[in-house]
Amino acid sequence: MTASQRRDLRDGILFTLPFVLGALLLWVGPMLYSLVLVVLDWNLITRPDYVGMKNLAKLVDGRDPLFYKSLYNTFYFTFFSVPLQLLAAFGLALLLNQPMKGLGIYRTIFYIPSITPAVAFAVVWIQILNPEWGILNQILGWFGVEPIKWLFDPAFTRPAFVLMSLWLVGPQMIIFLAGLQSVSPELKDAAQIDGANTWQSFLHVTIPAISPIFFFNLVIGVIGSFQVFTNAFIMTRGGPQDSTLFMVLHIYRNAFEWFDMGYAATLAWVLFIIIMIFTVIQFRFARTWVYYESEQSS
Amino acid sequence: MRTARFANLPWHIICWVLGISFLLPLVWMFSTALKPPGLVFETPIRWIPENPRWYNYPQVFEKLPLFSRFFVNTFYVTLMGASGCVLSSLLVGFGLSRINWPGRNAVFGMLIATLMLPGVVTIIPLYIIFRYAQLVGTFYPLWIPAWFGYAFYIFLMRQYMMTLPRELDEAARMDGAANFRILWQIITPLCSPAIATIAIFAFLQHYNDFLGPLLYISANEMFTLQLGLLWFQGRFGNFWHLVMAASVMTIVPVLVLFFTAQKRFVQGIQLTGLAGR
Repeated sequence: MTASQRRDLRDGILFTLPFVLGALLLWVGPMLYSLVLVVLDWNLITRPDYVGMKNLAKLVDGRDPLFYKSLYNTFYFTFFSVPLQLLAAFGLALLLNQPMKGLGIYRTIFYIPSITPAVAFAVVWIQILNPEWGILNQILGWFGVEPIKWLFDPAFTRPAFVLMSLWLVGPQMIIFLAGLQSVSPELKDAAQIDGANTWQSFLHVTIPAISPIFFFNLVIGVIGSFQVFTNAFIMTRGGPQDSTLFMVLHIYRNAFEWFDMGYAATLAWVLFIIIMIFTVIQFRFARTWVYYESEQSS
Repeated sequence: MRTARFANLPWHIICWVLGISFLLPLVWMFSTALKPPGLVFETPIRWIPENPRWYNYPQVFEKLPLFSRFFVNTFYVTLMGASGCVLSSLLVGFGLSRINWPGRNAVFGMLIATLMLPGVVTIIPLYIIFRYAQLVGTFYPLWIPAWFGYAFYIFLMRQYMMTLPRELDEAARMDGAANFRILWQIITPLCSPAIATIAIFAFLQHYNDFLGPLLYISANEMFTLQLGLLWFQGRFGNFWHLVMAASVMTIVPVLVLFFTAQKRFVQGIQLTGLAGR
């Protein structure tokens, strides 16, 4: 090893040290520590007791019905909000991909809700969804819809949350738009020459070309929506009748309201594993529908 | 020309309707913030209040004098967090892109691995660790992690640095410059677009952070704006005109940032696919 190679090795280690330390102190360490918590009964004040698989048993044998409730709510939210968000984001991106004036303004307008702080967003939506004077019921009233009790009716809280999530598709929209704009015009021209109409060229050229972006948005969207928390915490506190008790809210309550650290850590691990399983499944299935240009040509 | 304009008409109508829907919550907020208490729930809604009541804004501070303190707290945390993100991503990004050393690919692999890990599993152990360190109830847990670098920002910076020509450092290296000087004097000035993007997203991330302050801050005078707004809404929930005035004030800094740096927002999202919250 020459002197300069040795210097580069030293500097490489030094420069990346913050991240490596961070990964150990903020990820690896806490995750291992959290595994230890799983076998403990601990309220942070008295001495922790070793309880073996008790926390896991509590979760499996139905002694905590709220766990299943929160699992159901979280899956419900994910299965409806993620596909609808993808559709909404893609639809908006298609709109903004048209050659017309004023696109910058529309892009700005569609994006702005995504950057509003979550608390202000939640506080406004409490009013928009108000059964008596909320704007949403007023607008639905024009079409003859009877007032809906949204946040006060367990049947409508989850749809209300899905609806709200559609206001936050700005970033996904921009990623789609970037993808649409990078679809090569030559490919579309070639399809046109081969006699494809606009719809066919959209279906067979544009869609495959941006399928990696669909995939990216899908993976990120699922990871995010499984961890939904803030709106439920602020707007409904998990209610009514636990209809908005999502998994992270349940974890939060067990840990920081009831101080059952061991059980809360167990719940967190379960959610973590669920998310990882879904991520892996998506990557597995990706081969069947995601099209990568570089793979195809080789 | 005329046919083209009419051909676009359906698109414009759709965009208009959607645009109004997307703006509705914000417009309601701004409008209600200027209404007198009695007219907040008037139906049908009067979007532009007849006599805008600007007094609502100072009244927020009269009801809750601490509200100005929340701004100071928030900007402190945001500044510390954002500067940590920028510095750490410069250092680590440089180590991962412009120094050739044996462990580089391993560290980069680690970075990619943490990119998609769901953070929910570390919330509880991190809280306990910070509690052992006697840091619960201080601002440190809110910004210390930023100084170790977030994977997204490092990734963004590394990608950007990879696009700069290699000759830049090689010439300086010939002259005997050390890596740190190359980073500081040659690479950093060229990275200003990436720095700006990271600074903006890190600002938003720390400014909008809710769970962090919720877990770590309990003293009222240490609340950030997010906690403060929630507290205000809890105490003065019947005064919706004031709650909305307070909400507007928490949003304005974000809107100002957005409109001054809109281009960077778009670039940043395209580079990383990173969401704004």
